[in-house]
Amino acid sequence: MMKRSYVRTAVLAVFLTLVLAVGMAANASAAPGKMKNLILATTTSTQDSGLLDVLIPIFEKKTGYFVKTIAVGSGQAMAMGAKGEADVLLVHSPAAEKAFMAQGNGTARTLVMHNDFIVVGPPADPATIKMTKGATAAFKNIALSKSLFMSRGDNSGTHAKEKGIWKAAGINPEKEKWYQQTGLGMGQTLNVAAEKKAYTLADRGTYLALKKNLGMDILNQGDAILLNVYSVIPVNPTKFKKINADGAKAFADFILSKDTQKIIGKFGVEKFGSPLFFPDAGKKEESLGK
Amino acid sequence: MDLILEGIKQAISLLFTLDPEVLGITWLSLAVSGAATGISLIFGMSVGTTVALTEFPGKRFVISLINTGMGLPPVVVGLFVSIFLWRNGPLGFMEILYTPTAIVLAQAIIATPIVMGITLAAIQHLPRNLRLQILALGATRLQMVWMLMKEAKLPLLAAVMAGFGGVISEVGASIMVGGNIKGYTRVLTTATVMETGKGNFDIAIALGIILLLLAFAINSLLTAIQQQQRPR
Repeated sequence: MMKRSYVRTAVLAVFLTLVLAVGMAANASAAPGKMKNLILATTTSTQDSGLLDVLIPIFEKKTGYFVKTIAVGSGQAMAMGAKGEADVLLVHSPAAEKAFMAQGNGTARTLVMHNDFIVVGPPADPATIKMTKGATAAFKNIALSKSLFMSRGDNSGTHAKEKGIWKAAGINPEKEKWYQQTGLGMGQTLNVAAEKKAYTLADRGTYLALKKNLGMDILNQGDAILLNVYSVIPVNPTKFKKINADGAKAFADFILSKDTQKIIGKFGVEKFGSPLFFPDAGKKEESLGK
Repeated sequence: MDLILEGIKQAISLLFTLDPEVLGITWLSLAVSGAATGISLIFGMSVGTTVALTEFPGKRFVISLINTGMGLPPVVVGLFVSIFLWRNGPLGFMEILYTPTAIVLAQAIIATPIVMGITLAAIQHLPRNLRLQILALGATRLQMVWMLMKEAKLPLLAAVMAGFGGVISEVGASIMVGGNIKGYTRVLTTATVMETGKGNFDIAIALGIILLLLAFAINSLLTAIQQQQRPR
């Protein structure tokens, strides 16, 4: 008899999990109403810095949309947009964004906010870039001294910026031994660089958020080339019929609104003593960094 | 070392203060992986038993396919499931990408070959004569299968544990098809990856500890059932 009761328990357990599965499936399709779903493809830095955790709940409460935030590199975010797999993008890779717009993949590209990139590395600074003027010179020093450099290597906005600086420095590091690619997000790349006592290019927001465990210093900053500009792009609904165009527009309007811009400007002040992002709605890209 | 202690402290405080977000994540992990394991049991055990008990040409080939499937890389499953579920993909009309349902689907695909492979081996391992004996005693084929499965209870419950263990600890597919959306598709593994990326190692360690505790609790339960069922 004992035997039987255990078999029954096992059967019951299987049955219960099944009921759960069906229930969840029904729940998932019912909970957020159909056209209420909005897919936001964005960069890892907006998520890793914690900004979206603050903004998204406000947006959802205000508009009733259910936002699915997919945090990937800017390159992948735009690839998703180009395939119609995302409704709205929040990205920071200006050259790639312009190409994206030129192909008619977005309805508008509007400046949201900026911060800056910084060159971080071991406090000992083996390539002596602390004294150099400008990021390009710093990169040249790193190459000359063959100091280890960690690249994101993931087509993200940060990676695109880094490649731009190497190009400006006239160096092709791709096949060099001191140049390594992590293929990971910003936070993880910073961790790898810290472990290996390597240099890397990071956005200030993510660096500040991770600073306490890193043991890395900001060694070069302030160059105009290091400007990090975030834009919002609603995906063009005429190309793909499943795009939630209304939701995308609502999100763009929300993130550019006065109240949201104020929140962006204050974000991080309490925790880090300085803001992580500077709101830019209504400004022109050319006017930044001056 | 301090970090690990800090993590353990965090885990305890997150558990005992019943942090609603962590509870939600833990519950979702359990529900999703439980459902996926449930589905994998139905397909895995039925197909595994059928293949074990029938003779057909190419049987060895099928068995090696199933055994290969036991090592199916979660990221590859995640990639293919995403491509199928994309809005403009073949199954896009279902609109389940970036939902818990999508994670259940991907995890069920990962767990099914594991359950199938172990079931197959377990049933094949039973003495051949047992089958004939049961049939000779006048059992129907279905009754025979039931008897055999009861006989193989020990390895079959190991199959359940292996399947569940495989999916509760899996991160590649969950992050790809679920998207790690806060309060919706964020499970313990994807949250751990994200908190590591954010540099919140203490929370990441805490989530890891909760995951281990969860796996331990489920496996203890299954082991209890398994060991008390042990045929003498």
